[in-house]
Amino acid sequence: MQSETKSRVDQVTTPAGHPVTVLRFEGDIASTSKDAVLGAYQALPKATAKLILLDFTKVDYINSSGIALVIQLLIEASNSGQKVYAFGLSGHFTKVFTMVGITKYAQLFASEGEALGAL
Amino acid sequence: MSPKPTSVEVRLPSRLGFEKVAMSTASAVAKLMGFREDRIEDLKTAVAEACINAIEHGNRLNEKLSVGVVLSAGEDQLEVKVIDDGKGIIAEPHKPDIDRKMHGEEDPRGMGMFLIQALVDEAEWVVGANGKSSYVRLVIRLDKETD
Repeated sequence: MQSETKSRVDQVTTPAGHPVTVLRFEGDIASTSKDAVLGAYQALPKATAKLILLDFTKVDYINSSGIALVIQLLIEASNSGQKVYAFGLSGHFTKVFTMVGITKYAQLFASEGEALGAL
Repeated sequence: MSPKPTSVEVRLPSRLGFEKVAMSTASAVAKLMGFREDRIEDLKTAVAEACINAIEHGNRLNEKLSVGVVLSAGEDQLEVKVIDDGKGIIAEPHKPDIDRKMHGEEDPRGMGMFLIQALVDEAEWVVGANGKSSYVRLVIRLDKETD
């Protein structure tokens, strides 16, 4: 019933020349999304993926279990000295992420362009 | 929609993912009542979290049990009851502490009740008689001045 979460990794460069790893999610982010969220993150090379950008543009539904997966990703990234940012959340999920405090550890941007311009 | 009170009922299997059926139904009723889009999004998340709690904790993922969702549309508010066969929740919702979660001092999960309470105008958890038919009752109000 829950739509499968897909994830894809892209390597991009900011206008300032910094390499950024973009994790692009598609579908629902729920309890069944562990492999797509944490698995995809854990497969990144920690030595080179220092700036990580989460793309939620194609995500329609995130529940509290999905938010918990994002928090687990943030914990692991923090322990590995990586910085995490996000873009593409709807207005509603921007509010929800702010309410639960995620924005303290992952700055949110409206678009990929805005994020890359700020990194 | 008619000002006469209207009720819609849905029964969900106790299987994760089916909360989206309740979300869609609540969204459709709220649209008919004239709620703003941002309030409908709040309602959808609150209803989804209530159903997930009912499926996971109330009915313990037992697919022989179903979750009842009763939407009662009044003139200026929508009440949603999500009913399961569990013993009910006695704990109070608490605001998640992101610092404690980041430092491993608090479970990253456990935000459902907080989200429900934060996103609707009223939320109460009612323990059912005889240890069954417990429910959460949500109310979201039409704001006459701005809606």
